[in-house]
Amino acid sequence: MPVRIELLWSDLLVWLLVAGLVGLALYTRKRPHLSAPWIRVGASASGMAAATVLSFFVLVGLLDSVHYRSALPSPGGKPAWSTELRSLLDRVLDPLRAGREKTYSAPLATHLFAKETVVLPDGREERVFPRLRHGGAHLADPEAGRWPDVATKAFRGLALALLLWFAAAIGVAAMTARSLGTGIEAAWRGIWGGRTPLQWRAVLCALAAVLVIAGPVAALAPYYHVLGTDKVGQDVLYQALKSVRTGLIIGTLATLVTLPFALVLGVMAGYFRGWVDDLVQYLYTTLSSIPGVLLIAAAVLMMQVYVENHPELFPSTEIRADVRLLALCVILGITSWTGLCRLLRGEVLKLRELEYVQAAQAFGVSNWRIMMRHLTPNVMHIVMIALVMDFSGLVLAEAVLSYIGVGVDPSMISFGTMINGARLEMAREPMVWWSLAAAFVFMLALVLAANLFADAVRDAFDPRLAIAGGRA
Amino acid sequence: MTAPLLRVENLSTLVRGGAAPLRAVDGLSFEIAPGETFALVGESGCGKSMTALSIMRLLPDAGEIAGGRVELQGENLLALPESRMRDLRGHRMAMIFQEPGLSLNPVMTVGEQVAESVRRHTALRGAAADARVLELLEAVRMPDARRRAAEYPFQLSGGMKQRVMIAIALACDPALLIADEPTTALDVTVQAQVLDLLRELQQSRGMAMLLITHDLGVVAQVAQRVAVMYAGQIVETAPVPAFFAGPAHPYSRKLFASLPERAGRGRALAAIPGSVPRLDRDFAGCRFAERCDAALPQCAGTLPQWHEAGRDHVVRCHLYGSDERGVMSDERKPEPPTSPDSSLIAHHSSLLEVSGLKVWFPVRKGLLQRTVGQVRAVDGVSLSIAPGRTLGLVGESGCGKTTVGKGLLRLIEPTAGRVMVDGEDFLALRRRDLRLRRRDVQIIFQDPYASLNPRVRIGDALEEGLLALGVGVDARWRQSRIDELLAEVGLPPDVKSRYPHEFSGGQRQRIAIARALAVQPKLIVCDEPTSALDVSVQAQILNLLKRLQGERGLSYLFISHNMAVIEYMADDIAVMYLGRIVERGTVAEVMHGPRHPYTRALLAAVPVADPRHNPRGTIRLAGDLPSPLNPPSGCHFHPRCPAAMPQCREQYPGRNSWSPTQVAWCHLRD
Amino acid sequence: MTAYIVRRLIYGLFVLVGVNVLTFALFFFVNSPDDMARAQLGAKRVTAEAVDKWKRERGYDKPLFLNEKMSGIERVTETVFFDKSLRLFAFQFGASDQGRNIGYDIRARMWPSLAVQVPAFVIGLAVYISFALLMAFFRATYVDFWGVVLCVLMMSVSTLFYIIGGQYVFGKLWSLVPISGYDGGFEAVKFLALPVLIGVIAGIGGSARWYRTIFLEEMGKDYVRTARAKGLSEPRVLFRHVLQNAMIPILTGVVVVIPLLFMGALITESFFGIPGLGSYTIDAISQQDFAIVRAMVFLGSVLYIIGLILTDISYTLVDPRVRFS
Repeated sequence: MPVRIELLWSDLLVWLLVAGLVGLALYTRKRPHLSAPWIRVGASASGMAAATVLSFFVLVGLLDSVHYRSALPSPGGKPAWSTELRSLLDRVLDPLRAGREKTYSAPLATHLFAKETVVLPDGREERVFPRLRHGGAHLADPEAGRWPDVATKAFRGLALALLLWFAAAIGVAAMTARSLGTGIEAAWRGIWGGRTPLQWRAVLCALAAVLVIAGPVAALAPYYHVLGTDKVGQDVLYQALKSVRTGLIIGTLATLVTLPFALVLGVMAGYFRGWVDDLVQYLYTTLSSIPGVLLIAAAVLMMQVYVENHPELFPSTEIRADVRLLALCVILGITSWTGLCRLLRGEVLKLRELEYVQAAQAFGVSNWRIMMRHLTPNVMHIVMIALVMDFSGLVLAEAVLSYIGVGVDPSMISFGTMINGARLEMAREPMVWWSLAAAFVFMLALVLAANLFADAVRDAFDPRLAIAGGRA
Repeated sequence: MTAPLLRVENLSTLVRGGAAPLRAVDGLSFEIAPGETFALVGESGCGKSMTALSIMRLLPDAGEIAGGRVELQGENLLALPESRMRDLRGHRMAMIFQEPGLSLNPVMTVGEQVAESVRRHTALRGAAADARVLELLEAVRMPDARRRAAEYPFQLSGGMKQRVMIAIALACDPALLIADEPTTALDVTVQAQVLDLLRELQQSRGMAMLLITHDLGVVAQVAQRVAVMYAGQIVETAPVPAFFAGPAHPYSRKLFASLPERAGRGRALAAIPGSVPRLDRDFAGCRFAERCDAALPQCAGTLPQWHEAGRDHVVRCHLYGSDERGVMSDERKPEPPTSPDSSLIAHHSSLLEVSGLKVWFPVRKGLLQRTVGQVRAVDGVSLSIAPGRTLGLVGESGCGKTTVGKGLLRLIEPTAGRVMVDGEDFLALRRRDLRLRRRDVQIIFQDPYASLNPRVRIGDALEEGLLALGVGVDARWRQSRIDELLAEVGLPPDVKSRYPHEFSGGQRQRIAIARALAVQPKLIVCDEPTSALDVSVQAQILNLLKRLQGERGLSYLFISHNMAVIEYMADDIAVMYLGRIVERGTVAEVMHGPRHPYTRALLAAVPVADPRHNPRGTIRLAGDLPSPLNPPSGCHFHPRCPAAMPQCREQYPGRNSWSPTQVAWCHLRD
Repeated sequence: MTAYIVRRLIYGLFVLVGVNVLTFALFFFVNSPDDMARAQLGAKRVTAEAVDKWKRERGYDKPLFLNEKMSGIERVTETVFFDKSLRLFAFQFGASDQGRNIGYDIRARMWPSLAVQVPAFVIGLAVYISFALLMAFFRATYVDFWGVVLCVLMMSVSTLFYIIGGQYVFGKLWSLVPISGYDGGFEAVKFLALPVLIGVIAGIGGSARWYRTIFLEEMGKDYVRTARAKGLSEPRVLFRHVLQNAMIPILTGVVVVIPLLFMGALITESFFGIPGLGSYTIDAISQQDFAIVRAMVFLGSVLYIIGLILTDISYTLVDPRVRFS
């Protein structure tokens, strides 16, 4: 089927970011002083385990960042494109996305959560739990057949996952053996003794944990709603996976979008001092004096009004939601920009007194060049730390903002909208707990992994903090 | 000999943190008798501070005592429970540290900090404890002790802070005082005061002292016995007179030979090649073997035993084994002089002519941030340097000597004055024109670790000046020029593609010199270029600077607080005090016939690496350097001057010529 | 010192002017009052009369900066900028878009907010510092290790889950406290207990870990070694020397938020139905009541600036270096 790739603005930024990271990695590889901190990150067990978990989230997010429209069968020669914008992730999760139920159903259920009045073949009406359209639809006798079926499928998934894991572990051992120049057996023992320069043991353990969970889930997902369905009958697992992209984009782009401002203004304020410094300081004191939530709320409200009054600029819901997501990133960035700017200014104030800067001045090297060559590269570790440290906070902030109603577009699936939709059902008896639980587990896994990774990065990049943290 | 007070036996200390643990102290043994001052001397990184901390059991979290015994009055400290150890610390053994500025709690009054120690170990409380604190502060000759006790550390000068530290240590009359580089962070005149104090206290109280220092001069002035440490081990132990009369170990000999004051002008210093080995590796033989020019075949493979080199004088060196005893007499002669006789260079015209240079920093206060005063960091300095000559600018920290160097390069914008370089006024130039003239004057800084950008390759760092000043035709020319420069400072050309973190302090300083040389300057401002380096590395750098001057006819403005280095390097000397030059003359005149009381005091305060030299009876300066914000009226020096007269208080002295070249600003001649 | 504080006050005034200009631009330039009216009134088919009426009722019908129709001082005062922006400096918040008196609402709603925030702040600070001291005291042991793990874990949970979980466990499962609501007088305690508890718990992870880092950094300093060299015991070193020095960086982060306690806790108040300024703000946001949002932005900035000045003053209390210079 012909498809037309269509990049949303956020997709574009995501792929630019990926390209940038790949470029940076290649650049860093050849420079020992730049790669040294990353090697230290690689030696941190918690950091590498977290990175492994994160890479799964990133994979989901990237799959969800390739959007396309599929061709509709059209009578004329002119191709017509579907109005529905889908992503690769949607394609992978097609059974989940398409498998809509009527309303709530519990995890792995075969029947709806609420009783409904159905007309029986003989014309009588009865209040029953109707069968789900998709969940467990293949079962002839759900009462008796469900659990054995679930167990078999889960076991098959698990077995496959373990197989995959063994293949990965042997691959890693072979790779380690080649790079260290030892036998594969020695490499295997080295990995499990934690003696490899890169903590493969932690990677493999985390991989095992992820696979043990993902394997059975993947095996069950085509047949059941593993995490149940929500009010409109949408699969909760699908929602949770779709939320990942939103979280990742907010966590990364918000800092990244405003990074140039923080960097340029911070370095300039620290280097030139005087009135430039006064101006920058005034700017960030003013911005940070406004309570963050209120500034975000005000800006988002204003944007909403603007969008409502200019519908012609936003042709489809997806595009509107996407623009709103990016605007949210910018607004979040502006409120968190001041902290980084202040840090950079302080560091540059110290650096500018260093002797290599003065030596450059003694050669008459231009101010611009001194800032580019001598100051900016030496504060990049702070930028790096800020980037990873801010990430988890931003993911958490998204949930709160969406709850208040100033977060992402209500049509966009995110952790915030998931929680917001589910929390009203707390009062139901029996409780509908699975949406909340899914959001909780996915968010905890993402944020915890991000926090652990951020800690490892911070310890590796900031020698002063490493001393304090290293005593733990 | 009586039973030793402190006996250290086979002490080993590890410092974890890197890939392999560092053996900072490796099998150390020594004894200290009651009332004796024992010096542990060595260069940075040899493990001497770790030894002190191991004895006190105050190692940082990464450190760990791996083995050995430490006995204080027969009690094995390493076996004691921590609570018992706490009873001993500050009571029977006490310690003072290198950085008095950091070693006191900044938010607690100094009196309280002394009282804390008193209360911890004695039954004194309340008024009795306060009286004891006052007594202690007076014992360390704290001026105005009662008022000072209520002050916070930031209100005291460095010297006073170190006195407070000593008072804390003395609180319970310890049997042993460990002093870890007690005067390294202090100015030379204050160092002299503190050393005198330590020596007196030690004698009057019969206290034993373990003095840890890198400065042979301090050892000579204070200690009775000395041990030389190298790479975690003691290599020589001797009574001080015997040691200074004839150091036995090749390393000790080299240390002496690399002292500028021992070499004499015009002779190259005996530098030790290479640098101290890393302590995370295993050693088979003598640790000094690879840098030793008297090494024997067995030195690399077998650890030398202790050999007698005299009465109470033992050395850990194969040369003193029974067979090779004669070898040491065949010591290499010092290298021939490398610098040209300075009189050969005609100094008719001067290359640099500074007159009336002022660098003032405004002090703003109050609601409208009005300028209420000026910190007169440099207040009317005039000096001149002829081509191929070196002017030594000497003074204590805070006297403005570094500001002079940076001011004449306009790294700090001067307030007033003229800086004529080759006939053109640097200060009158517009920014753009100044950039072109910058190639004439370059600067080398103090801290080799801060002087190279860690993110820039050595080659690129050297090219920066060439590019900025538009020197050189094309890239290939510049590359070959960089190769030449590196060769000139004794580094191989492959250094270009490497990053600064791979180099030691001495190597970095060579690179910094090459960077300055790249644009072929006529004058180089050397701002304390060796004060962050060990004495043996300092010798390498000083030799290099001398050689370059001889080859290229460079002029140096050599800024230093170290009299010996200045004496070795300079042709002329200018002495600064509180932003002004107080005396100027040729090196011989100033060093041997100082006219200004400050110069005399400065010279007298320098510890001489010769125990026969008697420091008592020489001039000792009281007090500290006043603030340049509010300099004393009249002669700035009069509050500390032993020869102050009434007129000194009223009027700044005029210029007094003592010879065609020697000038002093002092009323004494009038 | 007085001169310094006066200077900071004047600077604060300048910052407020900046905040004011920024909010004015945000509220009146991004969208014209007509657009706002249309958005408020719902549909695009709304008539011009309805828009005019909406604007007139709320005082948005005046010119933005200069009223040509008036004369004298009223040329300036009879404008949107004067009414909606400059009046804030006199704390004249005016009426909300719904027509209520904002100043009155703020005064009434401030007390429930404080009733939640002040206990949560005080108890929280005590708990965080104690926990951090505990970890610092047992540094490099399992207590410290698991303490940090717990902190990171707790940091990784969204506030929303603390609230939802707390309401479920304490309110629904154990029925210890009412799930939400508020009452004046002594009865308030049972409504406040859970919000306060959750406020404290939600902050443990981040704060305790941060304070621990500060403590450990202080413990690595030379003066601590001096204190140990005197033979002082570890608790005394920790409480007498480290704590006092560590208070300086801790104060920077803590004092500045004290005035902001007035603003209430947004999420907590709305979940627990506490009629404070936090839920007031949230309601205003969901009803798109821009007058209240503007007022709260201004109030928040004023309180932040007061916080900055309080921070400066508190330094003089704990740091003699500031006090004597």
